[in-house]
Order: sequence, then structure tokens, then C-alpha cells
Amino acid sequence: MGDDKYLVEMLNIHKWFAGVCALRGVDFAIGYGEIVGLVGDNGAGKSTLIKILSGFYPPDEGKIFFEGEEKHFSSPREARKLGIETIYQEAAMVPKMSIMRNIFMGRELLSFRMGPVGYLDIPRMEEESMTALQKVDLKLRSPHALVDELSGGQRQGVAIARAMYFKSRLVILDEPTNNLSVKESQRVLEFIKELKKQGISSIFISHNLYHVYPVADRIVILSHGEKIGDFRKEETSVEEITRLMILP
Amino acid sequence: MAQGLVSFFRRIILLREISSLVMLLAVVLVFFAISPLFLSWENIAVILEIIPELGIVALGVTMLMISGEFDLSVGSVFAFCPIIMTMFVVWGFSPLLSVIIALLVAMLLGALNGFITLFFGIPSFITTLGAMLIWRGAVLLVTGGWPPPFPTEMSTGILVGKLGFLRASIFWYGAIAVLLWFILERTDFGNWVFATGGNQVAARAMGVDTQRVKFINFMLCSLLAGFAGLIQSFRLATTLPSMGTGLEMDAIAATVIGGTALSGGVGTVIGTVIGAFLIRVIDNGLVIVRAPSYWFRVFIGIAIILAVILNSFVRERTKKLRC
Ligand SMILES: Nc1ncnc2c1ncn2[C@@H]1O[C@H](COP(=O)(O)OP(=O)(O)OP(=O)(O)O)[C@@H](O)[C@H]1O
Ligand SMILES: [Mg+2]
Repeated sequence: MGDDKYLVEMLNIHKWFAGVCALRGVDFAIGYGEIVGLVGDNGAGKSTLIKILSGFYPPDEGKIFFEGEEKHFSSPREARKLGIETIYQEAAMVPKMSIMRNIFMGRELLSFRMGPVGYLDIPRMEEESMTALQKVDLKLRSPHALVDELSGGQRQGVAIARAMYFKSRLVILDEPTNNLSVKESQRVLEFIKELKKQGISSIFISHNLYHVYPVADRIVILSHGEKIGDFRKEETSVEEITRLMILP
Repeated sequence: MAQGLVSFFRRIILLREISSLVMLLAVVLVFFAISPLFLSWENIAVILEIIPELGIVALGVTMLMISGEFDLSVGSVFAFCPIIMTMFVVWGFSPLLSVIIALLVAMLLGALNGFITLFFGIPSFITTLGAMLIWRGAVLLVTGGWPPPFPTEMSTGILVGKLGFLRASIFWYGAIAVLLWFILERTDFGNWVFATGGNQVAARAMGVDTQRVKFINFMLCSLLAGFAGLIQSFRLATTLPSMGTGLEMDAIAATVIGGTALSGGVGTVIGTVIGAFLIRVIDNGLVIVRAPSYWFRVFIGIAIILAVILNSFVRERTKKLRC
């Protein structure tokens, strides 16, 4: 009974952790090319909800539809095959690896295969990673620089460039502006708008409403594992959402 | 021109292997200064004869450590594998088949380490510490403390036969090092190894099967330990139950001296090769200059600490000197 006017639809999602009820009956949908802001207090269940969507854990109850078709993800790899890409602040990148190797991690470009291993096509990966970075207007010295040497905002940029390069359908950003300066946060918001221009849907999680509000098309509010609000931006205001978020 | 020189110098300093290489050169020079015999052809041949056994074990430990896990049981597998081989020969299997079976057993022991570590989610330090004690115990149980006679029908040529003044084992070591370097630096699997050890959550989110990567490296590490054990028992034409005692420490030392991070995600094959050379050169050099053998442990201890200090402290400092 999925509805294919949505790219992804999650219905009646429940999740328990050792007696803690992290999610109770949440419905959550993302349209085509839509930016959905997911807000809520610490521990509201935001990360849990998107971890279910990205295949990290299965829901204890509830259904997930992708373009109207029911899906059961048993690993992040399966969700990623459909084009669902998740970017975590600390966990999107391997700091001690180069930018190029990070971009192609798990999806390396190969010249040829020798039985179980593939020979990396390093020249093509260099070229493609520079092209991908230029698409998000990120100017970096060399694809061989370590991610360790990038700022938090630049890392988000690389992660978003990666999602765009691999033609993701849905990019999930968990707290992408956490620990970033005002200026760096602005850059990240620009990256997110760039995704929309390319027709890619995105979920933007934050507990800073002022970061979400300017870019989101729709805002969903979670509180104690329940959805307490779901508004198109034009139907609401920062004040109304703030009021809902601080309700006990 | 001057600037080019500075940047060249910086690039050299930032190479991961540089601190171990400098130490190796320093140690070689010191021993050579004390006793010119140290760099005689005869002695170089001796060093090249003993290096592959530690070197091969250390390569396996490196692969596993880069992917974020330990194997302390390599010394015990090193002893266990030749004994399995001898037992099968005694039971009437052909030598070649016995070698293959012994290597499969070594790989199986690695698979067991991997399975227990990954399935139960416990630290590999614990799993392989247990495995180290279990397989060392098993070696003593099986042999009753007495080495089984080394099979006379065994042809040891392919592993340790003399080629000029070198033994075949050094070529095996070279081939394995080149192969692992290639896999680590030039293949997709190598990329997954670094990603798994560097940030497992990110690697998993990007679809890398991190459990599989670790499992394969557990097997590889144990297989190489068993293979190195065979080389030693072929070289000495015995299977001593005490073989490889303490080898896990030397292998980890070689790995760490070579710049591999204990926490995973960073490391190189070349560094570990240099680390293994450093350890064996110190070992051999002390004999040549007639120093008491207990100095060996002292020097290795100093080398480990020094290498790690050079790696982290000096590198950080150099990075700040930027432009
Ligand atoms: N792996 C886990 N094991 C046990 N409890 C968990 C686990 N993950 C989350 N929880 C619990 O589930 C609830 C929701 O957590 P979640 O991480 O989804 O919140 P969040 O909305 O992302 O919060 P934050 O803004 O702090 O990131 C919390 O009470 C948390 O303690
Ligand atoms: Mg969270």
C-alpha cells in the first residue's frame, strides 16, 4: 500500500533498545527532490529513525517503501544500492585516507579484476574526484590530501560531492552542521541546496532549527520517539516549531 | 631552488617509513663501526637467512593490524603448523599434501580467531591471547615435549634450498612482500583494509563489508605465520615445540616500528619489512660484537618507543613547519 508520490515512505515505525522505546509508531515520508528537515531534542529518536532507513538496523515494527515498493534492508549496503546515502558528521570519512580514496571507498573504479581483487584505476579516480569536488564548488589542492587535513565543512562538502557523483536518490545528513562555525555551516547549507538542484532528495537532521529552516521544504518534529509535527515550510513559522520543540 | 629542496626534505620526513629507515641505517653503521665483520658477505647471508621467518609473520600481523585487529597467536601457530605437517607425513601422507594440509590448518586457526572475535564482538587481543595459550599447549600435548623426528623423505628445497649464497626463503619473503604491497596499495581490497581500520562505521556506511575484510585478514595472518613456521622447521630440519615463542611480540614490534598504527587504519608493507630487518640486524649485530644476548630485548624495547615517538611527534612538528 505504498504511495508512489513519495520517494521513500516509512509507516508506523517502532524501535526498542533494551527496554527503551526509541521510536513509537512514526510515519515519515520524503518526496522527490524534497529537502526534509528532521528536528527534535537530544534523544528524540532522529538518528534511530534514519539508521533504520539506511539499513543499520531493522525496525521492530513498521514498513518501509521505496518508490511505492516495500523494502527490507538487512545492511547499509542494500539501502545504498537503491541510492540511499547517509552522511554522519564524524563517521562519513576515514580521516587517515586520502580524499580520493574516501570518495571511492567501497565503490572503487577498477581497470580490471584478478579473481577476488580489482586493480584500482588511480588516474581515473584522481580525475573523477576532482570533477566531483568542482561540482560542489569545493577547491582542494590535491585528491591525495588526507581528509584529516580538511575542515569539518570541507569534509561535509566531500561527502556531498561523493553522494552526487554516485547519483544517489536520497542523501541523509545527520547533524551536518554540528561543531561548525557560522561560515562553514553556511557552506554546508549551500551544498544541500546544490543537491536539490540536481533533483536529489535529502533529509537534514539537526537540533538547530535555524540551520534547517532556511533550506528545508518540509519540517518534521520528533519528540520522545513520536512525531509531533509535520509541516510544509510555508504553513508554519520558526516560532510555531520552536514552541512544539520545547513542549515537555 | 632552495624552496624545492625544503619541500623535498619535508616530503621525505613525512614518509611513514622514514623513522624506521633512519634507525636501521644508524644501527647498521654502529655495528659496522664496532666490527667490520658485520657487513661481510658471510654475515649478510646469515641475516638474509633468518629474516624471512620473522618478516613473513610480521607482514600478516601488519595486514591484520591495519584493519584494526591483533593476532597474538602467531607464535603458537608458527610452532603448530610444522608439527601438523610432520604428523601427516608420519601417517603416510605425501610431503606436499602434508604441507598443504598444515597450511590449511593454519588458515583454519585464523578463521577461528576471526569467527570468535567478530561473532561475539570481543577484542581480538583476548581471543588471540587465548588462542596463543591453547595452541602452544596443544603443541606440547601432541609432542609430549619431545620433537617428533623430522621426516627424512621431506624435500626442503623449494622453501629453504640454497641459491648461490642465499636461501630460497628470502625470495618467498620478497614475493609475499611485493604481493601484499600490491594488494594494499593498488587494489580495492587494500582500500577496504585501510577503511575498515581507519573508521569502521564510515566504511560500513559506504558498503564495505568490514567483517569480511577482517575475517580474511585473520586467516591471512595465521596462514603466513604457519608458512613461516614451515620455513623455520625446514631450515633447521626439526620441529621444536618451543619454536616461535615470543615471536608475536617481535612481529608486533616490527610492525609498529615500521609505522603501522596500533589502532589501525595506517601502515605500510615497506615499513614492516624495514622493522623486521631492524630487529634481526640488532639480534645478529649483538652476536657479532659479542654483546651479551639480553641486550637484544633492551634494544628492541628502545627501538619500539623511539620509532613511535619519531612517527608521531616529529611528523606533527614537521607538518606545522608548513610553507
Ligand atoms: N544502540 C542503542 N542502544 C541503546 N539505546 C539506544 C541506542 N541508540 C539509541 N538509543 C536510545 O534511543 C533514544 C533515541 O536516540 P537517538 O540517537 O535516535 O536520538 P537523537 O534524536 O538522534 O538524539 P541526538 O540529537 O542527541 O543525536 C535515546 O534514548 C537513546 O538513548
Ligand atoms: Mg543523533
